[in-house]
Amino acid sequence: MKVPLSWLREYVDLPAVTAHEVADKLTAAGLKLESITAYGHEIKNVVVGRVLAIEELAGFKKPIRHCRVEVGEAAPREIVCGAVNFVEGDVVPVALPGAVLPGGFEIASRKTYGRLSDGMICSEAELGIAESSPGILLLPQDTPIGADVVELLGLRDDVLELEITPDRGYALSIRGVAREAATAFGVPFRDPGAVEPPAVAGESWPASIADPTACDRFVLRSVSGFDPAAESPLWMRLRLVRAGMRPVSLAVDVTNYIMLELGQPLHAFDRSRLSGGIVVRRARAGETLETLDHVVRKLHEDDILITDDSGPISMAGTMGGLHTEISAASSDIVIEAAHFSATGIARESRRHNLVSEASKRFERGVDRELPLIASWRAVQLLVELGGATAEPGVTHAQVEAAPITITIPAGHPGRVAGLPYTRETVVRRLEQVGCTVADGGVAGVRGGQGVAATGVVSSGDLADKLAVQGDDLITVTPPSWRPDLTDPNDLAEEVIRLEGYEHLPSVLPAAPAGAGLTEGQRRRRRVGRALAAAGYVEVLSYPFIGERDLDGLQLPEGDARRRVSRLVNPLSEDEPFMRTTLLPGLLKTLVRNVGRGSGDVALFEIGLVYRPDADAPAAAPVLAVDRRPTPEELAEIEKALPRQPQRVAVVLAGEFERSGWWGAGRQASWADAVEAARTLARAAGVELGVNADQHEPWHPGRCAVLTVTDAATGETVTVGHAGELHPRVIEAYGLPPRTAAMELELSALALPDPVQTPTVSAYPVATQDVALTVPANTPVAEVEAALRAGAGDLLEGIRLFDVYTGEQVGEGNKSLAYSLRFRAPDRTLTAEETTAARDAAVALAAERTGAQLRGA
Amino acid sequence: MSNTYDPVEVTPLHADEVGRAQADALAAIAAANDLEDLKKARLAHAGDRSPIALANREIGALPPAARAEAGKRIGTARKAIGEALAARQAELEAERDARVLVEETVDVSLPWDRAPRGARHPLTTLQERIADAFVAMGYEVAEGPELEGEWFNFDALNIAPDHPARSDHDTFFVESTESGKVLRTQTSPVQIRALLSRPLPVYVVSPGKTFRTDELDATHTPVFHQVEGLAIDKGLTMAHLKGTLDRFAEVMFGEGIRTRFRPNYFPFTEPSAEMDLLCFVCRGSSAVPGNPACRTCKSEGWIEWGGCGMVNPRVLIACGVDPSVYSGFAFGMGIERTLMFRHNAEDMRDMVEGDVRFTLPFGMEV
Repeated sequence: MKVPLSWLREYVDLPAVTAHEVADKLTAAGLKLESITAYGHEIKNVVVGRVLAIEELAGFKKPIRHCRVEVGEAAPREIVCGAVNFVEGDVVPVALPGAVLPGGFEIASRKTYGRLSDGMICSEAELGIAESSPGILLLPQDTPIGADVVELLGLRDDVLELEITPDRGYALSIRGVAREAATAFGVPFRDPGAVEPPAVAGESWPASIADPTACDRFVLRSVSGFDPAAESPLWMRLRLVRAGMRPVSLAVDVTNYIMLELGQPLHAFDRSRLSGGIVVRRARAGETLETLDHVVRKLHEDDILITDDSGPISMAGTMGGLHTEISAASSDIVIEAAHFSATGIARESRRHNLVSEASKRFERGVDRELPLIASWRAVQLLVELGGATAEPGVTHAQVEAAPITITIPAGHPGRVAGLPYTRETVVRRLEQVGCTVADGGVAGVRGGQGVAATGVVSSGDLADKLAVQGDDLITVTPPSWRPDLTDPNDLAEEVIRLEGYEHLPSVLPAAPAGAGLTEGQRRRRRVGRALAAAGYVEVLSYPFIGERDLDGLQLPEGDARRRVSRLVNPLSEDEPFMRTTLLPGLLKTLVRNVGRGSGDVALFEIGLVYRPDADAPAAAPVLAVDRRPTPEELAEIEKALPRQPQRVAVVLAGEFERSGWWGAGRQASWADAVEAARTLARAAGVELGVNADQHEPWHPGRCAVLTVTDAATGETVTVGHAGELHPRVIEAYGLPPRTAAMELELSALALPDPVQTPTVSAYPVATQDVALTVPANTPVAEVEAALRAGAGDLLEGIRLFDVYTGEQVGEGNKSLAYSLRFRAPDRTLTAEETTAARDAAVALAAERTGAQLRGA
Repeated sequence: MSNTYDPVEVTPLHADEVGRAQADALAAIAAANDLEDLKKARLAHAGDRSPIALANREIGALPPAARAEAGKRIGTARKAIGEALAARQAELEAERDARVLVEETVDVSLPWDRAPRGARHPLTTLQERIADAFVAMGYEVAEGPELEGEWFNFDALNIAPDHPARSDHDTFFVESTESGKVLRTQTSPVQIRALLSRPLPVYVVSPGKTFRTDELDATHTPVFHQVEGLAIDKGLTMAHLKGTLDRFAEVMFGEGIRTRFRPNYFPFTEPSAEMDLLCFVCRGSSAVPGNPACRTCKSEGWIEWGGCGMVNPRVLIACGVDPSVYSGFAFGMGIERTLMFRHNAEDMRDMVEGDVRFTLPFGMEV
């Protein structure tokens, strides 16, 4: 909302303060300053002049005039001018030498077209009044010659642009802002809406409300003999422009001017285009209307319409129809001022993607008492400025609406604030807002029928639940311009904000002792730290993916990761799905890093994926809000939502250990990806099983399935995969060769039990090395498991220190060299004991995997 | 060896012999040029088979009266030799240290960055830091789904069915606009879940990912992060809200940093306020004309940080909490924005693109 300060001062006796001081007070009251624009402060030395003589200069490409202009000095000035819209005797603004015009444009005496030009005759554009103007600004004949134009026209002004929150529709008017300014400065407010239109008999045009949920007041007034050629006066155009509206024609400008002044949107019809009585109703199937922007709109059955015998003539509160629009020939005008359903207009505006100055105001709630007043003001201006004659009568269709009353204890605002206010303060502040306050009453909210202002009507039950019980009750009737005041706390806010938020005390409440982070929250932090410490950089990629991502991962038809949640309005049509795996985002981030010159890159992400169930209901119910939902109702919502487990993934490419002066580095490989899983599992306090698997998007020969086994039940669950990516995936995503990846479902890991303290034996260790020959395709994990099981309790540790393939072990075989460490808790092991344990280990490995002890 | 030898015959114990042995030893020690030589000299002149050791063995053969004198003579000589050895050992070791350790000198300024460097994302660690500030005040961290039921995200929060935020201009809808499923536009639905699932009183803070249909640019991102807090208890007031946020501001930005409230509107709180933070760099001084400008607060003295207010009793009712018994407050702030002013991050695109050059400097904590 743009508020010229000069307009504001018309209704409030603001003290001599700067625009900034006014803005600060309004901001503190909840009307937040966006910007201040200063107009005309730089203009000087522009005076009123009268053109005495005009000499047309010939021989130039365009008409050039040499004028003598009387400017209230001893002698007239000679001025060269290129405009032709004035005649001798016209009164015009003249910038004298030394004048400064908007934009710092300085005027000096100069020689031009062979003549002296001792100043400039100005247009509206040159004075900063309009964006463009065809000719010189002509002033009324009785304007005093020599007078200062800036003063005379009120060009010097400051415009506050205020951000109006959606609950304060009243502040989308000079009237509403002026009321707040008057309260903020503690000065009187002259309400431009406090006028009593004279009572008149009869209707101005037949009209009725067919749908009382759409409109609860509909007022028409009419004028005849309006001069379509009449122009809007400069002062009106200036205010419209400064308030951000474009002057159009007198009839339209008058409706806009009153909307800005009072907040009541008006619509003007050409009476000669109306046929029959007007009816306010909802649209019917198949109806259309060509609106004044020349678009033929298909109407929705919920749209609120103004109709006559011909059908729809205007979309209520949104945009008028073309056929009944005021034209350059309209002389008989019908002015409409109405009170429409806020939600109805909001929906209509959204459905048609049509946001107008009118719809903005109706959506936020307009003063229901304004239509009679605003329409009367419009008629007055049309008569005064457009030579029209007011037609007798006024049409006033309405639905009775009881005003809302809210009864609260006088101490309620203070109890919300934590700062006691006297009863006198509470009453005074509420009255400043415009409320009527009476003593006593029964706690609660009453009345408020009629067209819903905010879309949430207090049902009887809800109103009872909202009631604030207590002593010293006051009954508050909010003013008609504050449909947002419906609840006890709304009144509390009004008192607290007017008393000043800056006076609220600062008191730290004593919260009960909490339990700290949950085990799951701690685990996530540990996992993140462990991966970062291991050399991975965390990314937070967008969770949006597309068909191409899933195809790129080579996921087969029917893969669970292809069952996705789809966005209705994705940012990009290429990525309309919610991710079911973290990999696409990570892989694309990896490619971006490589493209930017970071070729050795290891990334991780921890985040949710979205896994809809195949048999989930299509919709989650939207429940009532006047009570706690039942467990069954809540379960209905949960059932419709996808499962959203937390996952962790890594991707890496290039060198994982860097080359340097110490020698060659090491390329990232499948093994790093598997180790990343082990690293995070250690941080998570679980032991992972690692076995060969074939699973997209991994290389079929270099893919590990990651499992956890429940110690109690022995049940093994797959929690993720790791390894090198499939070459086709590498190609599809444009990844560096041998890019490796790991993804694991963190939510699937059981939270660890407290760690059990190990026994630390003080007896010496006995080490035995064994080399085993096994078929080359035997998984090392199986050999190790067998050795462990066979060695028994004396085994303290086992480490594979060499893997060898070659002639010495025979084709198709490999040799595994293990170091076994034995130790007993209570004695020094004898060589015989150690050897026996080793032999038992080898024997079990031989039995399970066919391992042969080398050299045996 | 025999006890019957005549002492006169025990030549090695003669003063002359002992003196010579000592002189030979000292000469050999002095002549040793390195530790290896000294080791040989030690063996030859102080070892088990050295003249002085052999002489010492003969003491037992002397008559008791002569033993003391001979013992003293040998002892003195051994002591002199031992001292000479120790002194020379020290000298030679010092020499060796000076030479050898210098030869072994390396350039310790050589890089050793073989292992890759990692880092956590500052948006993650900033959320943790904020959560920790509240955990220290007794709050617990609450979480909820990101793909959320509309009822949780809007209705229960008193956001009317026709509120502009509920249009597909602002909100991502899932499957259809009638499905009742959206990507949560705020972390507030977690407050509803907390009120429905936890016993009162409730003090929770909920960091997390949120979604709105903004195009990505320097100051907007469609996927962003918030931290919200909720406290529901008996007798909570706006003064408590102010006290909590003032404390939070101090924990995050240092002593003396406080907040300022301005009236605002949110459907889920009433009264509602916009919360500003006293600029932690200039402490408000840059707003005074004539003082140096401040880049962090753009010389306004205050930084817009978030929204807050007293939980609208309608929200409590939708969660089955009786507003005549319980009241409370809620607040929320954007993590991206906090990162921007706390760490001078200028472009939100850096936070979403995952360029390691952006993230690495943040390390493990912010």
